[in-house]
Amino acid sequence: MNFDVGLLIAKAPEILNALGVTIMAWLIGLVGACIIGFAVAVARRYGPRWLNGLLFGYVEVFRGTPFLVQLFLLYFGGPYAGLSLDALPAGLMALSVYGGAYFSEVFRLGFEGVPRGHVEAAECAGLSRGQIVARILLPEMAVLVLPASVNLAVVLLKETSVLSIITVQELTFTASAIGTEFYAFVEALFVLALGYWGLVEFAAALGRVAERRLARFAVS
Amino acid sequence: MTPNLFGLLVEAALYTVLLSAISIVIGIAIGMGVASARASSHLALAFVARVYVSFFRGVPLLVQLLVIYNLLPAVGINVPSDVAAVVGLSLCTSAYQAENLRGGFLSVPKGLLESADMLGLTPWQQLVRIRAPIAFRLTLPAVVNEAILILKASSLVSVVGVVELTRMAQDLANSTYAPIQLYSAAGLLYFLINRVVAGLGAFAERRMAWGRR
Repeated sequence: MNFDVGLLIAKAPEILNALGVTIMAWLIGLVGACIIGFAVAVARRYGPRWLNGLLFGYVEVFRGTPFLVQLFLLYFGGPYAGLSLDALPAGLMALSVYGGAYFSEVFRLGFEGVPRGHVEAAECAGLSRGQIVARILLPEMAVLVLPASVNLAVVLLKETSVLSIITVQELTFTASAIGTEFYAFVEALFVLALGYWGLVEFAAALGRVAERRLARFAVS
Repeated sequence: MTPNLFGLLVEAALYTVLLSAISIVIGIAIGMGVASARASSHLALAFVARVYVSFFRGVPLLVQLLVIYNLLPAVGINVPSDVAAVVGLSLCTSAYQAENLRGGFLSVPKGLLESADMLGLTPWQQLVRIRAPIAFRLTLPAVVNEAILILKASSLVSVVGVVELTRMAQDLANSTYAPIQLYSAAGLLYFLINRVVAGLGAFAERRMAWGRR
């Protein structure tokens, strides 16, 4: 078994391109999941009862089934229900909806974690509703949800590798294809492991920095 | 969907449960070893355990499965895909279990161990009679959580050709042109299995609630 560095150098543009697709899918999926999660958390807290029940069902179903099955249902089942999507949009949509279910729970706990007294104190001090949300609720919530959000971001990053199964040409797909084409599995899998490991450690380090920066808003 | 197709899915679901259960048991066993290595005063050993945990938690399971499935034959080890799948799932979950167990052992109250020292229990007795039972109880919710994660993650072994629930749904969807029904049914089965596991976990937690602090 030998390690062909030349192959990796020759294929570097392709690999870097695929890494870019992985990062893009991750960031878009993450933003989509945050938006859906926040909307669901708000709707469940302030919306009517029936909506809360409906969204509870959404959260439970999407957290209780594998991402791959959800992805297959959307990508292969979608066309039968009038929703034909290419692999990448289908993947991004599935990631957002899947991540949204998890994020909504994180945000829900964040809402519950802000002490009532802080809001009441702000009201007494004469802050407007908008000011309370912008200066008390959201910053305190951000601190509370940060560790869990970083964890979820890492989970979603790893989940993007699943998109390779429906032929999205991200890192896993491209590296496996190179491995198969040149019978160079060691090299391909080395790139894969290193790429994801590096991204995960990078995300975790970013989370630690953010936690330190936001520590002044900590509820205690 | 005909009862016949649903029967096939249920059968495949049982295989999913079997694969996951074996992987979780092996994963806990490896996780115990890794957790003790991390707590070891032997610095090199502790470092290796840290890298192990970081690697298996930092690389997607799908990539780990591809590594095991493609690399083992490359170095001359030929294993059936089922075995490769169990190896991949076990290694992946062991890293998470190691962290859970470490947390459990770190949370055992110091006072209990000091009392045990005073009473003259040997380190081994302390481990078996005090630290392990308490750590296990503290770890149980995390283990149940991990079991559910592995049940869901086991869907990925369909990629290396293991015919478990997801792969069965895929094969049937391809031959019947009814992907919506089949993937929905597969999702329902995963959901039900996870509910049962969560229910069993809650039951076990109640049963083990003796002597709560």
